[in-house]
Amino acid sequence: MQAFLEVRKLTVAIGGKLICRELDMMIRPGECWGVLGQNGVGKTTLLRTLAGLHTPQSGMVSWNGVALAAHTRRNLARHLGVLLQNEVGEFWGSVQEYVLLGRFPYRASLFGYSVQDEALAQQALAQMELEGLAQRPYNTLSGGEQQRAAIAQALAQQAQCYLLDEPLQHLDLRHQAQTMQVFSRLKEQGCALMMVLHDTLWAQRCCDHVLMQFADGHVLHGIAQELLTRTHLEALYQCPLRELSVEGERWFVAGV
Amino acid sequence: MSPRVLFPLLLCTAPLSLGFGLMNGSLPLAPIEVWHALLGNGEGTATEVLWQLRLPRVLAAFVCGGLLALSGVLLQALLRNPLADPYILGISGGAAVGALAAMLLGAGLATTQLSSFTGALLAIVAVFGLGFRHGERNIYRLLLTGVVLSAGCGALISLLLTLAQGEQVKGMLFWLMGDLSHAQGLSLAWFVLLAVGVCATGFSGGLDVLAGGLDKAAALGVAVGRWQAGLYFAAAVLTVIALQLGGSIGFVGLMIPHAIRLLGVSAHRWLIPLSILLGGSFLVLADTLARMVWSPLQLPVGIFTALLGVPVLLWLLSRRS
Repeated sequence: MQAFLEVRKLTVAIGGKLICRELDMMIRPGECWGVLGQNGVGKTTLLRTLAGLHTPQSGMVSWNGVALAAHTRRNLARHLGVLLQNEVGEFWGSVQEYVLLGRFPYRASLFGYSVQDEALAQQALAQMELEGLAQRPYNTLSGGEQQRAAIAQALAQQAQCYLLDEPLQHLDLRHQAQTMQVFSRLKEQGCALMMVLHDTLWAQRCCDHVLMQFADGHVLHGIAQELLTRTHLEALYQCPLRELSVEGERWFVAGV
Repeated sequence: MSPRVLFPLLLCTAPLSLGFGLMNGSLPLAPIEVWHALLGNGEGTATEVLWQLRLPRVLAAFVCGGLLALSGVLLQALLRNPLADPYILGISGGAAVGALAAMLLGAGLATTQLSSFTGALLAIVAVFGLGFRHGERNIYRLLLTGVVLSAGCGALISLLLTLAQGEQVKGMLFWLMGDLSHAQGLSLAWFVLLAVGVCATGFSGGLDVLAGGLDKAAALGVAVGRWQAGLYFAAAVLTVIALQLGGSIGFVGLMIPHAIRLLGVSAHRWLIPLSILLGGSFLVLADTLARMVWSPLQLPVGIFTALLGVPVLLWLLSRRS
């Protein structure tokens, strides 16, 4: 099966810090990847590189066999959805208008969005349980609501592959579960997902692959079940962990 | 307020403000006199005042207000900074240094205009060259370069004012505070306002996306570098033409877009036309008052843009909070 994203000999650095060295990997349709690592190891930078928003030192990232740089941003945005962490920006409009921006890559008319675009934005709002807030000014939402709106915007994009930087940040337990359900449905539909997570439980439940980023630029990636072990996670987070079994699920808790 | 209500409201306000400007001044004209004069069958003096003085003046005020408001909208989108206005990037500073230097040397109106245009052009090239080095998307460097250049121009303006004498100082102050009495190049100004206004409204989706952050915009398909360069030059052209028409008129470019946002409209496809309409009407009103209040003496229009705008904006802000 042709990979959506293909990474060849990718070396990434930022501000003199090595993020990864000669990384090779592929993200295929229907795969869900979890990216794990300590704070500051460069998970966001790696994701931004895969999205074509950060230039690597060497190596190549390609979409459907064609280098990212050879795609126009508009074309890439029709296939690749990106959820950024802590967006730096100001939006003065309503939540609905914010979500509708996800349809920008498809906008055909210079003077507005089509009825279909509006319907898809509405559908994305419903998926993230935001219909009731659709007319509220975006900047009056709470952190969790803004995060759900950002996810809804990405969903409205109808991409084939999603790169999600901490999609569960600011979300309460109910909305964490609901959001992960939405992602699982996307996976079932053949979308590929890669998400930065801090909760190993969600990685176990939803991801079939994981990528572990270490502070020295070393990257370990492979099948989730094989890598999500106490030994690997202790090495990754540099702290002792306790392994608990709750209703058949393994929980890793930092030892105190 | 819904844009579908606000748009027709401001569309009606525009001819009303123009009518107000045509009727008032050192020689007040009744509406019927204005009507007859416009149709060309009015009494001699009224027709002359209207066609020779008032009509060019109110049209200049309207287009100048529209240019400044549109430039403000574009710069606020480019810099993603609510304090951005047409003068933040040093363009007016460069133009002012050019104009004041020409005035100090005793140049006529045409040379002063040319000199201010050259000053603005040099500022645009300098800010763009230094701020957008290597095509990087570093908006803070662009902003800081503009602010630093403005500060340098401010020092030069002070120097030129110190060196000037008597009447020269008055002329310089009028230029610095805005004066529409010598407006020239109206057709070009209207053409540019309409052309850039229509194009910017057409590209409003991208402006909305840009407001959400540069990475977000790139991820949603905006070619950020090209958009930034386009926005910068569009805003620069609008500002230069506004400066040529009426000197350095403050407040309009900064506050008009905020006033529209405070009225509840933020999508650029509405924000752009509404800002043009409000900016134009507002400057016509301010300029008419500048002609009326101390008639026959004319005051700098910049005084009235601030005196009228500050209380309205403060009221809108308090209402919003």
